[in-house]
Amino acid sequence: MLPEEVSKLTGKAGEVMVFDVEKEPIRRFADAVGDLNPLYWDQEYARSSRYGSIIAPPGFISSPWFSRPKSGTTSSSAREELRDALQKAGYTNPAAIDAGIEYEFFCPVRAGDTIAFTSTIKDITEREGKTGKMAFIITETTYTNQNGDLVAKARGTLIQR
Amino acid sequence: MAKQLYWEDVEVDSEITPLPKVATSQMLVKWAGASGDFNPLHYDEPFAAASGVDKPVVHGALKRQWLIQLMTDWIGEQGTLKKFSCQYRGFDYPRLMKTMAEPHEGDTWWCRGKVTNKYVEGDEHCVDCDIRIEDGKGEVTTPGKATVVLPSRG
Repeated sequence: MLPEEVSKLTGKAGEVMVFDVEKEPIRRFADAVGDLNPLYWDQEYARSSRYGSIIAPPGFISSPWFSRPKSGTTSSSAREELRDALQKAGYTNPAAIDAGIEYEFFCPVRAGDTIAFTSTIKDITEREGKTGKMAFIITETTYTNQNGDLVAKARGTLIQR
Repeated sequence: MAKQLYWEDVEVDSEITPLPKVATSQMLVKWAGASGDFNPLHYDEPFAAASGVDKPVVHGALKRQWLIQLMTDWIGEQGTLKKFSCQYRGFDYPRLMKTMAEPHEGDTWWCRGKVTNKYVEGDEHCVDCDIRIEDGKGEVTTPGKATVVLPSRG
């Protein structure tokens, strides 16, 4: 049984985070993946494409960079609060393991866009594994752009031991 | 870019053009910087051991992007990735570097997939796929699914 301090965080939403989509970070991301798609690299090429601009690869918006608190703020995310609660409940493994992700993509992300997102803890369950108890944490994140268009939804699973 | 794929070109059981990848310790450093994932699990051996993964592992999110590239390369510029999912079932360990630019001999990972269904939904020509990453032993460490919309010659 998960203690109340952990289970009460189910449904908790983090604050809204906002970031600007810029060309160079897109290129560094594509470079790290080894993806030479000119839609991510070549402004002239991308301008004449159906997108009209450099776009970000699907998945770019999930970069942990964009979840970091802005400098000068000390706010803690729902995820950090959960990590602390799980630590106290005996889930002391230093790192949670990323177990997978599900995306729905609704519209492209272009260089120059401003994206707002918020993550909600949807579910926390405990299972007994070979190496002891594991907490499965499911988080849903919704992304919108500066026009208010829904850009993407992501549902991620983390395992904390 | 390869020539544009059309919905009519695809059959159930059609193979997605495979995409080879070699994970290296250097690539993991690049990925950490580019994505902002500074989890020591991916570069600090004692930390990785204490976390139960033995030694630094390839980021799940990097494998996710490999599979996303598998799909975007295949569907071409007129195709759209609508849905995507993957599960990180097995740990993958990067090759270490031999020189500034070259890794040691070792595993090559293959991103692969095949078409499981094709249909028209509203005005969209959709294709469902099963996708996966196979490690150097041919074992699937990262299965997934994708739904794409392709242009139609219609």
